[in-house]
Amino acid sequence: MSLLNLTLKVWRQSGPNDPGRFEVYEAKGINEDMSFLEMLDVVNERLIAENKEPIAFDHDCREGICGSCGMVINGVPHGPKKLTTTCQLHMRNFKDGDTVVVEPWRATAFPVIKDLVVDRSAFDRIIQAGGYITAPTGAARDANSILIPKQVADQAFDAAACIGCGACVAACPNGAAQLFTAAKLAHLNLLPQGQPERWSRTVAMVDTMEEYFGSCTNYAECEAVCPKGISIEFIAKMNRDYLRAKFKDRRAVVKVDMTEAAG
Amino acid sequence: MLSGTRARGVQPLRQRRARPRIWILDFYGSAVGKKAVMAVTGIVLLGFVLVHMLGNLHLYEGAEKMNWYGEYLREIGEPVLPRTGLLWVVRSVLIISFVLHIHSAYSLTMMNRASRKTKYQGGRDYVAANYAARTMRWSGVIVGLYLIYHLMDLTWGVGGADFTRGEPYQNVVASLSRWPVAGVYIVANLLLGMHIYHGAWSLFQSLGWSHPRFNHWRRWFAAAFAAVIVIGNVSFPIAVLTGIVE
Repeated sequence: MSLLNLTLKVWRQSGPNDPGRFEVYEAKGINEDMSFLEMLDVVNERLIAENKEPIAFDHDCREGICGSCGMVINGVPHGPKKLTTTCQLHMRNFKDGDTVVVEPWRATAFPVIKDLVVDRSAFDRIIQAGGYITAPTGAARDANSILIPKQVADQAFDAAACIGCGACVAACPNGAAQLFTAAKLAHLNLLPQGQPERWSRTVAMVDTMEEYFGSCTNYAECEAVCPKGISIEFIAKMNRDYLRAKFKDRRAVVKVDMTEAAG
Repeated sequence: MLSGTRARGVQPLRQRRARPRIWILDFYGSAVGKKAVMAVTGIVLLGFVLVHMLGNLHLYEGAEKMNWYGEYLREIGEPVLPRTGLLWVVRSVLIISFVLHIHSAYSLTMMNRASRKTKYQGGRDYVAANYAARTMRWSGVIVGLYLIYHLMDLTWGVGGADFTRGEPYQNVVASLSRWPVAGVYIVANLLLGMHIYHGAWSLFQSLGWSHPRFNHWRRWFAAAFAAVIVIGNVSFPIAVLTGIVE
């Protein structure tokens, strides 16, 4: 086991209205088996010992499945390792003496709350617009009562792997949320349970997305940084569904907008 | 995610559009719709660029064939249509396509700029986005400016070279013998090739034409289309400069 000495350049911002700035910290004696977040924990403990404000960052499960963590590390969301969230990024991916630049997601719809923490509630607005199925409550149906081909179930599952971390938006030069929205649409629109509201869902979620985010110019940058490897083929599917929804009888598409109904 | 952040106020960047009654306007009002329009007009323009290049190959058959071809484009459709009738139909479609292509590009660019008002302060790295994709706005604008010059030079005859209406062969030779002009044509067509390389791939995504059966061909299609256009178009100034066509 070797220890790393790193120079961190971390974005510090005391609140939403603070302009923010980079500050430099020496991270000495970092165990290479630590995760990136554990490394920040060590740096924070030292900051606290020095009576300084620790670096704020989002985290929860630290198992790569909750979507809470995420920061731009050396210009790439979630850092240099493919298919990896920040919490699963180990310090052995860095070399002794490296300078590591750490910055929050940058998007107008993701305002910085503090340091590396951004407000991703714009994603919640997209889900509220249609990222669910309307089902009667009661006992769940027997799982095997609706037959779904294996390939379709697999594809829907690939889309459902999205953890909503926001790396796609952070990576997109246009600040677009196409990959997130496409994944959330596809995991419902591929399955029988998603069919009744397929067209209204697609229109509602895309329209809400466009209120907050940029538009897709097919850079494929999102797919490259997505820790869950969501494919941009889902974006093509979303585009196709949106175009088809627009060519359909509008009475079949119109639906009470849940965000408006909720006031 | 943080609860109660709505009070803190992540406000929409843009208000929900009031839905126009006319469905085509409603459709064009969305960014996905604009991208579809950009893709369809892009297909029209790709078709034009290909036919334009193929037609210009008559240059290699000599003055008589080339000038006949220029005249043929005016007469095509006669006597059902008046002289230059079909030509103007095609030109109208092209002008409309250009306007829509540029308008959608402009409004989407504005939308995208607003979506990241604060850039990455520590710089950013690109993992997948290639140079052609990242310079679409620049290659598009430059090709657009070149197009205006190209029309002035070889359609309206105000580009500074000897120009006689109805003699495209002589006009092309007179214009492209000037090496700075030939250089402009070559550079502009290389940029056009870059623009096509991304555009001819991107249109599949924008229109949702995605299928495991042909997805691996989309990149090849775009690269081949760009290569054919660039090789054909760049060959003309080179042929004139080297005296193959004179």
